[in-house]
Amino acid sequence: MTTTAQPPATPVQPVSPGKPEVPAVPPKVVQRPGDRIFSGSTLAAGILILVTLAAVAIFLVAQSLPAFTADESDIKGDATNFLSYVWPLVFGTVWAAFIALVIAVPLAIMVALFITHYAPRRLAQSLGYVIDLLAAVPSVVYGLWGIGVLAPAVQPVYSWLVENMGWFPLFAGPVSGTGRTILTVGIVLAVMILPIITSLSREIFLQTPKLHEEAALALGATRWEMITIAVLPFGRPGIVSASMLGLGRALGETMAVAMVLSPSLIVSLVLLQSQNPNTIAANIALNFPEAHGVGVNILIASGLILFVITFVVNFISRAIVDRRKAFSGAN
Amino acid sequence: MAITQAPITSALKAGKLHRFTPLYIILGTLAVATAVFAILGAVNVAGILIVTAVLFVVTYWLLSLFVEGSRKAKDRLMTSLVVIAFLIALVPLISVAITTLTNGAARFDVDFFTMSMRNIVGEGGGALHAITGTLLITLATSIISVPIGILTAIYLVEYGRGKLARWITFLVDVMTGIPSIVAGLFAYALLVIFFGEGVRLGIGGAIALSVLMIPVIVRSTEEMLKLVPNELREASYALGVPKYLTILKVVLPTSLAGIVTGVMLSVARVIGETAPLLIIAGYTQSMNYNLFDGRMMALPTFVYNSYAQQGSDAQAYIDRAWTGALSLILIVMALNLIARLIANIFSPKLGR
Repeated sequence: MTTTAQPPATPVQPVSPGKPEVPAVPPKVVQRPGDRIFSGSTLAAGILILVTLAAVAIFLVAQSLPAFTADESDIKGDATNFLSYVWPLVFGTVWAAFIALVIAVPLAIMVALFITHYAPRRLAQSLGYVIDLLAAVPSVVYGLWGIGVLAPAVQPVYSWLVENMGWFPLFAGPVSGTGRTILTVGIVLAVMILPIITSLSREIFLQTPKLHEEAALALGATRWEMITIAVLPFGRPGIVSASMLGLGRALGETMAVAMVLSPSLIVSLVLLQSQNPNTIAANIALNFPEAHGVGVNILIASGLILFVITFVVNFISRAIVDRRKAFSGAN
Repeated sequence: MAITQAPITSALKAGKLHRFTPLYIILGTLAVATAVFAILGAVNVAGILIVTAVLFVVTYWLLSLFVEGSRKAKDRLMTSLVVIAFLIALVPLISVAITTLTNGAARFDVDFFTMSMRNIVGEGGGALHAITGTLLITLATSIISVPIGILTAIYLVEYGRGKLARWITFLVDVMTGIPSIVAGLFAYALLVIFFGEGVRLGIGGAIALSVLMIPVIVRSTEEMLKLVPNELREASYALGVPKYLTILKVVLPTSLAGIVTGVMLSVARVIGETAPLLIIAGYTQSMNYNLFDGRMMALPTFVYNSYAQQGSDAQAYIDRAWTGALSLILIVMALNLIARLIANIFSPKLGR
C-alpha cells in the first residue's frame, strides 16, 4: 500500500497506487458510518473486558481493606489478626489441591496415553468424549456424590490404613468416623480436574511428530519404549502446563470441598482424621450467608488472596505454554 | 501355555505369548480372587475387582518376563497399567451416573416441576422456583455475555493489532482462571455500593456468571473466526464490500454453527455454578420472577440448600436434593448434546 515511487498530491493514499495519472483528485478512502459503528462497538466490548477486570481488582481490594485492620473480636475462632486467621485456610487450599494433583496427574497422563496410543483408532474419539463428560457434571453434584457415596465407601479403607499403617505420619489416627477427610476431598477434586488435564495432554500427545514415533518403532523399540523416548519428552511442557491449569481449578473449587469436608481452623498434614484444614473457597461459601459487618470484609479479603494465588498459578502455566510455542519447531 | 499350543514352532512366533493369554489370565485371577473372598466369607465386588487387577498385573508381567524377556515384559506391564488407569477413570463417572439416577428417581415427578417450596416443611414440594431462577439468571447472563464475548472475539480476530489486543488476550486468559467464588464476591462488592450491606439480587448472580462466561465465549468464538478462510474475506473486499458488511454477511454466517456451539457449551458450564449464586443470589423458598428485587433460588443452590439445611423430615430434603442434581445433569447433558449436534450438522464442509 505504501506509495514510495510516485507520491500523490494529497497525503491520502489512493486506492490504486499503480496508476497515479487516472484520478486527478485521488478517491478518498470512504469511511462509512457502518464501519465506524461496528469497529467502535467491537473495540468497546474489548475495552469493557479490561474495565471489568480492573473493576474486579478494585472492588475486591476496596472491600478487603477493613479486614486487615479488623479487631480481634470480629474474627471467628482463636485468631488474633487477619493473617493468623487466613493462614490455615491458605495452607488447606494448597494442601487439598496438592493431594488432588498427586492423584490426578499420573492417572490423567495414563488415560491420555490410552486414548491416543492404546485404544482402537475408531473408539478413541468417543472414549475421549466419555472422559470429557466428567467435566460436564456440576460441582454441587460432585459434592453430593462425595458425601453420599465416596465418603462412606472409603471410610473402611481409612480405618484399615490407620490400624495397619498408623506409624506413617500422614496416616496417624484417630480415624474419622465419617470419611469426610481432606483425602476424600482430594479424591473428589482429582476426579474434577482429571478431564482438564486429560484433554490437554491428549492434544499434546497427538501433536507428537509421527516420524519420531515411527523412527523409534523402526529401531525396534516396544510401544512403551517409543512412548518414553518420543511422546513423553515432546509432551513434557504440555503436561506441566496442563497440570498447572488443573491446579488452578482445584485451588478455586468451592462446593465439593464445602460439602464433603468436616472443617476446622487448623494446620495439619494428617490425611485421615476428622480435624481437617479448611480451604479458602469452602470457608467463604460456608460462612458468607451468615456473615455481617467486618466479617464480610474478612471473607472478601480471603477471596482476594485466593484470586492472587490462582492468578500466579495460571500465569506460570501460560508462560510455560508460550515458551513451548517458541521452541517447539512447529512454526 | 501358549508355546505348547503350536506343534511346529515358527521362528517368528517363538518366545511370544499367545494373543489370548491375557484373557486366560484375567479369567484365572478373577476365579482365584472370588475364591479367596468366598473362603474369607466377605463377598465384596470392589474388593474382588481390585485383587483381580493386582493379581493380573503381576502374573502377566512375570509370565512375559520368563517367556519374552524384560523389555517386552515392561511393555506389557505398562499396557495393562494404562488400561487399568482408564478403567479407574471411568469408575467415578459410572458411580455418579448410577447414584444420581437411582436417588433422583424417587422425586422425579410432576410435583417437583410444578411446585415451589413455599410453606412446605416435610415431604412434597418442588423446585419450580429454583428452575425459574436458573432460567432467568442464565438468560440474563447470556444477554450480557454473548454480545460482549462475540464482539470482543471479532475485535481480536478482525481489528485488533498491537498492544491493546495483546492485553485483552492476556486478560481473557486471566479471566478464565478466576475462581467462581471470587466472581461471586466481585458481584457482591459491586452491588454493595448501590444497595448497601447484605444485598442479595438475582441480577448479581447474572453479573457474577458473566465474569465466568465471557472468557469462554471469547475463546471459542475466536477459534471459530480464525477457521474462516482468508480467501472469503478477500473475495468480499474485491467486490467492494465494506469491512463491517464482510464480517456481518460473510465471516459470521460461515462460522455461525461453531459460535452457537461455543455459546451453548459456555451456558452448560455456567448453569451448574453454585458458589457465586450462593454468595449473591441467596436462598428463598418462594417464586421470584424479578431479577432486580430480592433473593432468587437457582437449581444448584437448591441442591446445596436442600442438603445442607435438612428439615425435620431429612429424607424428603435429601430426595429433593438428588432429584435437583438429576435435573441439573440432564439439562447440562442436553445442552452439550445439542451443541455437538449443531456442530456436526451445520458446520461448513470445508474439505471439498
